[in-house]
Amino acid sequence: MINIEPTRKMIEVRNSINNLAKGVLRPIARKYDVNEHEYPKELEMFRSIKIMGGKKKKKEGDDAPKSDKPAPKKLGTNLSTVISIEEMCWGDAGLLLSLPNAGLGNAAIAAVATDEQMERFGNKWAAMAITEPGSGSDSGSITATARLEGDEWVLNGEKIFVTCADRCDVVVVWATVDKKAGKSGIKSFVVEKDRPGFKLEKLEHKLGIRASDTGTFVLSDCRIPRSNLLGSEEVKTATEGFKGVMKTFDNTRPLVASMALGITRASLDFTREKMEESGITLDYEKNLNNVSSLEKDFYLMEANLEAMRLLTWRAAWMADNGEFNNLEASMSKAKAGRWGTLITQKCCDLLGPLGYTQDHLAEKWMRDSKIMDIFEGTGQIQHLIVARNVLDFSSKQLK
Amino acid sequence: MEERDFSFGMCEEQRTMKETIARLVKGVVTDNAHDMDEKKAIPSEFIQKVWELGATISPIPEEYGGYGMEYSPIMNTIILEELAAGDMALAIAATLPSSFLYPILEMGTDEQKKKYIPPYCDGTYRPCTVAINEPRFKFDAVSLETKAVKKGGSYVITGEKCFVPMAKDSGHMLVAADLDGKGQLFIVSKDNPGVTIGEREKNLGLYALETYPVTFENCEVPEADRLGGSGGCDYAKFLQKSRIALSAIGTGVSRASFEYARDYSKERVQFGEPIASRQSIAFMIAEMAYEVDGMRLLTWKAASALEAGKDAKRESYLAKIFAGDATMKITDYGVQILGGHGFIRDHPVERYYRNGRGIAILEGMATV
Repeated sequence: MINIEPTRKMIEVRNSINNLAKGVLRPIARKYDVNEHEYPKELEMFRSIKIMGGKKKKKEGDDAPKSDKPAPKKLGTNLSTVISIEEMCWGDAGLLLSLPNAGLGNAAIAAVATDEQMERFGNKWAAMAITEPGSGSDSGSITATARLEGDEWVLNGEKIFVTCADRCDVVVVWATVDKKAGKSGIKSFVVEKDRPGFKLEKLEHKLGIRASDTGTFVLSDCRIPRSNLLGSEEVKTATEGFKGVMKTFDNTRPLVASMALGITRASLDFTREKMEESGITLDYEKNLNNVSSLEKDFYLMEANLEAMRLLTWRAAWMADNGEFNNLEASMSKAKAGRWGTLITQKCCDLLGPLGYTQDHLAEKWMRDSKIMDIFEGTGQIQHLIVARNVLDFSSKQLK
Repeated sequence: MEERDFSFGMCEEQRTMKETIARLVKGVVTDNAHDMDEKKAIPSEFIQKVWELGATISPIPEEYGGYGMEYSPIMNTIILEELAAGDMALAIAATLPSSFLYPILEMGTDEQKKKYIPPYCDGTYRPCTVAINEPRFKFDAVSLETKAVKKGGSYVITGEKCFVPMAKDSGHMLVAADLDGKGQLFIVSKDNPGVTIGEREKNLGLYALETYPVTFENCEVPEADRLGGSGGCDYAKFLQKSRIALSAIGTGVSRASFEYARDYSKERVQFGEPIASRQSIAFMIAEMAYEVDGMRLLTWKAASALEAGKDAKRESYLAKIFAGDATMKITDYGVQILGGHGFIRDHPVERYYRNGRGIAILEGMATV
């Protein structure tokens, strides 16, 4: 039965994470925006707290009812994660991306690692390296190579835009084991930072999320043990393997959408605060023609924020319920990515000088939100995915 | 109140209702919506067919002639969306009695319930209506210029209303008027000598829906017919429900435009391939898809708040302004994707475009 009134459990999660974001992240948001690349040591306390990903293996017998009492209303992992991420990014998105041991690579390892790999890498901080100078949205076209020599993989190539490049312990590197096999030849490998031939070339200077260290790695004859390959070594003729990798994006896209949500809400909350300070009260009552242009803009932005959130929650809820959510995940990111950008820009406009000065965070939120319409699939890629889904078109029919 | 599970999924009952209405719409409405629009009339048998589903009177207690089923705003949004996906004029006409009956059921006195509800809980659809909108610049449902003034044992209503659906055939109407600076509702009989129903209006959209201007001149209404009696009613709650209803209708119209344009863009071949194979068109289709869903989710969110027994002021307001805005965009895209063909009345997208304009403008024409 449809019911999208947040439950007490959801509100509890939201409030507790919001406290954390308010107490720990927000106060240092500007500091690490200014001091780009400096490690936010205040985040050490999060090393043991799982905010993002980190699927725990279920122990047998966990599903058995423990008593006669009705089970408390469950809150699914995906839904609880998007709620948490929104709050954390309301605090600061760059810092969320800098949480120790919570890189995208950690999610990839948790998803497919063997017990032995889990033992070796489970407690490491793992970054993810997919993008190359010549391979962005078309991640099937990557050119980094891995060749097997005895019991070792030898990796060569260049990886850019790696989040947590400096701070991580290991990097999950995408490389092809067989160029002729196309996408199905692409595998992921765990590369420890201290392996010879693995070099952090440089750290980028960015528009936003400056607290997050984004870097470039060069792999030159970098040797890693054969057992560092994640998943199966076998190169299938079909593109099943690659599709599996892409499917993980169905889970991560709502997460990015919820990051956009958090930043956007921060921006709107601040704008509302300033409006109220100047005596404007938002009563959610009058016809839009009978309020000021400022109020009208605000109401419409708030309505769009609500749409962003509900599309995101729906995608997460579907994932929790084991429903295929490729369409809904992309819808959430398409909407949240684009509107996050539009709203944070508009808030700066409404705030006037307060939206342009670095004395306040509004200008920062405008810079931070832009990446949400770019990474984990640009807005354009999301629109392609949504359109192919609703048109029932293949990637050949709609390029 | 026991907390329900958080869910985006329909239960069996909701799905069945949606499918039932969808079948009816497909079988009766879709092929005739164009004709209804051209002839500016909805055949009464169509309205009767919807009426016979019993959705309107289902939550009305048996003692007043209903079925005494559970009242569900969410179910009502599902019904309205499906009907409006067939035809917005029909959606408003067929559910119009709800707008008169539900406020009485929810906020009326026992006498009002006994007197006004049973006659309309009939096997045959009998119109009764609401008069909210006023024909003026800067109209706002929360600051009405139609005034009610207390005079002895009655109220005297003076003012002008417009877009009163089916006013001519309606036995009664619920009239919104300002009483001492606050919106209130009054049950007014068509036979009241102070009521003058004007010539049928000609509007931008909703050609098939009969709407009328109604003038109230020294219209005396007994105190007993002020909704809720001497204590009055919660007019804001009434507006919340109508806003949610209009969002649901906007979702339906927008969805219809989206689906038509989507299918058309796959069939229409230019430069040797379907126009949907071009990103400029495909991206519009994608945007339509998620904005329709966004609109529906905002509508459900507001209805969920009501079902949880909470106030939905903010939620219903945001749902309506989102729906008003998004419906314009989506129905515009619908016409644009069809190009010149979209401008021709043979295709329904031009009708969706005209009808859809009403979502942001109209108030109080439907309820959940």
